[in-house]
Amino acid sequence: MIPLITGLGLFFVRSESASKNLAFFSTLVSFALMLAAVSVWDSPHYLVYDHSWLGALNSRFHFALDGMSKLLCLLTVISFPLIIYGTWNNSYEDSNRFYGLLLLSQAGLLGVFLSMDALLFYFFWELALIPLYFLSSRWGGERRIPVTIKFFVYTFLGSLFMLIGMIILYNKAGQSFAYSDFLKLKMSANEEFGIFLLLLLAFAIKMPLWPFHTWQPDTYEQSPTPVTAVLSGVMAKMGVFGLLRWLAPVVPAATYQYGDNVATLAVIGMLYASFVALQQDDLKRLVAYSSIAHIGLMILAVFAPSFSGIQGVMIQMFSHGINILGMWLVVNAIEQQFGTRKISDLGGIAQKAPALTLLLVIVALANIAMPLTNAFIGEFMMFNGVLGSTATKFGIAYAVAGGLTIILGAVYTLRMIQRVFYGETNALTANATDISLNVQITLAIIVVAILVVGIYPKPILSLTEELSQQILNRMNLK
Amino acid sequence: MKNIMDYVWLVPFFPLVGFLLNGLLRNSLSKPLTAVIGSGTILASFVVSVLLFMEVKSGHSGTVVLFDFISFGKTSIPFAFQVDALSSLFLLIITGIGFLIHLYSTAYMHEESSLHYARYFSYLNLFVFSMLLLVLGSNFVIMFIGWEGVGLCSYLLIGYWFRNVEYSSAAKKAFIMNRIGDLGFLLAIFWLIAKLGTVTYVDVFDKISTLPAKDLNIIALLLFIGATGKSAQIPLYTWLPDAMAGPTPVSALIHAATMVTAGIYMIARSNLLYTLAPTAQTVVLVIGTATALLAATIALKQNDIKKVLAYSTVSQLGYMFIGLGAGAFTGAVFHVMTHAFFKALLFLGAGSVIHAMHHEQDIRNMGGLSKKLPTTHWTFLIGCLAIAGIPPLSGFFSKDEILAAAFAKNPVWYVLGVAGALMTAFYMFRLYAMTFRGQFRGTHEQEHHLHESPAAMTIPLVILAILSAVGGFLGIPALFAEHAHWLEKFLAPIFEKSAALQHPHEIPHATEWLMMGGVTALVIVVISMAWSRFAKYQKTTEDATGLGKVLENKWYVDELYEAVVTKPVNAFGKLLEKVEKYGIDMLVNGVGRSVQYASRQVRLLQSGQVGSYVLLMVIGIIILFVLQFFLKK
Repeated sequence: MIPLITGLGLFFVRSESASKNLAFFSTLVSFALMLAAVSVWDSPHYLVYDHSWLGALNSRFHFALDGMSKLLCLLTVISFPLIIYGTWNNSYEDSNRFYGLLLLSQAGLLGVFLSMDALLFYFFWELALIPLYFLSSRWGGERRIPVTIKFFVYTFLGSLFMLIGMIILYNKAGQSFAYSDFLKLKMSANEEFGIFLLLLLAFAIKMPLWPFHTWQPDTYEQSPTPVTAVLSGVMAKMGVFGLLRWLAPVVPAATYQYGDNVATLAVIGMLYASFVALQQDDLKRLVAYSSIAHIGLMILAVFAPSFSGIQGVMIQMFSHGINILGMWLVVNAIEQQFGTRKISDLGGIAQKAPALTLLLVIVALANIAMPLTNAFIGEFMMFNGVLGSTATKFGIAYAVAGGLTIILGAVYTLRMIQRVFYGETNALTANATDISLNVQITLAIIVVAILVVGIYPKPILSLTEELSQQILNRMNLK
Repeated sequence: MKNIMDYVWLVPFFPLVGFLLNGLLRNSLSKPLTAVIGSGTILASFVVSVLLFMEVKSGHSGTVVLFDFISFGKTSIPFAFQVDALSSLFLLIITGIGFLIHLYSTAYMHEESSLHYARYFSYLNLFVFSMLLLVLGSNFVIMFIGWEGVGLCSYLLIGYWFRNVEYSSAAKKAFIMNRIGDLGFLLAIFWLIAKLGTVTYVDVFDKISTLPAKDLNIIALLLFIGATGKSAQIPLYTWLPDAMAGPTPVSALIHAATMVTAGIYMIARSNLLYTLAPTAQTVVLVIGTATALLAATIALKQNDIKKVLAYSTVSQLGYMFIGLGAGAFTGAVFHVMTHAFFKALLFLGAGSVIHAMHHEQDIRNMGGLSKKLPTTHWTFLIGCLAIAGIPPLSGFFSKDEILAAAFAKNPVWYVLGVAGALMTAFYMFRLYAMTFRGQFRGTHEQEHHLHESPAAMTIPLVILAILSAVGGFLGIPALFAEHAHWLEKFLAPIFEKSAALQHPHEIPHATEWLMMGGVTALVIVVISMAWSRFAKYQKTTEDATGLGKVLENKWYVDELYEAVVTKPVNAFGKLLEKVEKYGIDMLVNGVGRSVQYASRQVRLLQSGQVGSYVLLMVIGIIILFVLQFFLKK
């Protein structure tokens, strides 16, 4: 079932001029299949696909669809058609290759979320990453070459550490890459710490965790917007997913012991990114830094864990993906129309483009976690979990310090809305028109998703309840 | 037959429908239709609220669970409504006054294009919806949803004329200041969950007496931080006067009658918590007194008709907090109600004046309007008398109840409270005299256009004037007649647990008579002073000096915040951006460069680029893996 999607993705690499349509169609098919998969196979009868793969290395092609996989695969298959449709009017040279690579990346992402075998996981991890590297360096902005090299070296370095960690685990587990064998491992504190560091580094770069983040704003800025949307909407979740699947359950003692160190970095990162976001004039960089702050909260909730917090991370991975996608589509619509992303060059758009303004305001409110939007549920549960966490002595301090970003988030978001949308028009925006229908439809879908999840989050919360409990049990926490 | 309680969801549902209709169909609706939808939905809510109120009055109250909102572990937060004496009373105030203000708005906003007219009404409906959620919720999270919701609507409505940058800045300021308070509220919720595992009022107040004093004080203070934001108390009050940038009916509804009383509602709801946490309650009392006095002094010197009323609101809210801090919960809620009547009246009256004067708000350019605007004039005068506390108008009773409680606590609070009340009387009659008495001081064109407002605007004024005049009889003190305090009896179930713990000093009746008479006499003296000074006011070009200048500039608090908070935050952001550019990034690039240097030495052996080698290698491995997989299959 799922390899079929992968196959579809690969198939389109060779498709010709109608590639955009085909790509869109392909993502829709993936979406329909995924929806079917989620609704038909209910836990605990997970959908499992297990087949021998690299026999010599005892690595198996083992996919399994549990609660967290369902959630993130859903996010992936929802995001891609929206990204393609929402940026329909963008035109790229060699569009067949552009969309082909995009789909390859989608296949990689789905693989990452489904893999139950470490080597397979690593393979898909790279498969998701490499197409984006080409996309950015071929279709990116002016400074794309140095920036993408930095991006590549940075993330590839992380991957290497991860590979080393996985190979050590492979040898410990008696020559097996199977996730279930990793969970059975008993390691000394030093061994755990070593593995913890190696894996953490890989995931920290990916998410990114302060201070390993400097590739991110540059890359987000220079990449074509659909790629940026994939990077921040879905790809960043690979890191958080990695923490919850491959780090915390595999080396629970080290995660518990060194949790405070990482949590402190996460809080620093949240505040740091929020303050830097205050100073940004480029819309893409603003969203990039706000994303670092939001992901920082997820990292915090993982390393100052509690049931409420982990559940919050789960739902927030989904919500953040949807919301930030909305932000990128707005940025894309503005850039396509005015040819600039500089906040100081814009102004007064609200008079000319009421639909865009309305939709943006709702997405922006979700971004700052207004109640009855999806992000409120996640942030509420995460902050609640951090403050009440029994795993750390500093839960209250983390929650208070991290809570300041709630205020700072409102400051930079409202400032952006005011400068871009309110006030009088200038020479550039005087003849602005409202967004095209495809963008309106895409944003409207996103807004509906924001509100539905925000008002009735139960279906999504119950999806991951069991798994969150298992993760906490591994760490001997309630 | 189902009980009316089961239909409680209709109360917020109607305004929600109004919001959606006016919001989504704003391109196609005509103005009259928009007005009917906007006001009609609130009227429908009002009718249901009255039915609910009757039900509560006959001794029933209850909780209605709609669905499970958030749950984790043993903590479950349902989306549920609670109907009891406190919430049903607030429902009546919100929907009743809300409806009058909607009605008023249909005429006041008539100049707007139909698109913006519909936008206005949709925001207003959304506001009422949020406020209803706030008071109806059966737990702190639902209250918080409404809490942030009203903050959002306030933001949207203050910045309603969004082309004006100053207005949208005022809107932003309101939202951010509210958010600072909201953080306190949120932390209080988390603290409650961590300690008690629940946020539902009934369960919380069942278990709360088991908590140690430290936790009680922390929770109470965190909640109070939330209240200072929403109810504009020191130090988070400066957004409210700026909020006058919105249309005047909005000022009446949000920034006087309803939203700002959310903080009072919250503390009245948590009365047991504050009774158990005396330290926190004293903080409430101190902050309330300080705010009441500070805002009153500023109001003495303002020349914008709406600014005077805005500072007066801040000051009156301070009185309500004095009541809460002194343990007079009923008195505080009573003052919420009477204040809602006369402050809505005063703001709508001011709106009527501004409407007649073609958007002139400076009272130095008014004067002598009593002849041209008779209805506005009379109703405004009643409002002034009510807020000044002249018996038997409503403000007299509610303020007296609060002051008596302050006296019982400590006469110092009483003296300070009376000082504030005298200032209130002074600035209100300065405002009245400068607006309605003396000679007209505006332009000829303005004089030519002076006219009384249409019926849609004057009818609400008359209704509110009647309520302001007689509203006080709902709470007649024991001094005049034993057991005549209807409100106290009605609210008794809400405050019974607190009342059991309180031991107020009984004030001898003779003392109370003396106080009441003395204060009333002083108020009348102050009014006549204001009258003699400002009834024949002439424009002067003299600049104020000394204290007057400080007051005109609002004690320079805005400037202080700018220097102490806003600037350092921005400077810190700039600093971190430098760190980002030249610190962390340089370090990373430095590592990269040294690697590059090393690789350049190695590269001599090769011809291509290292990057592409690595890439090719990885791609090769991937292809190998895939092939192997398919071959195996």
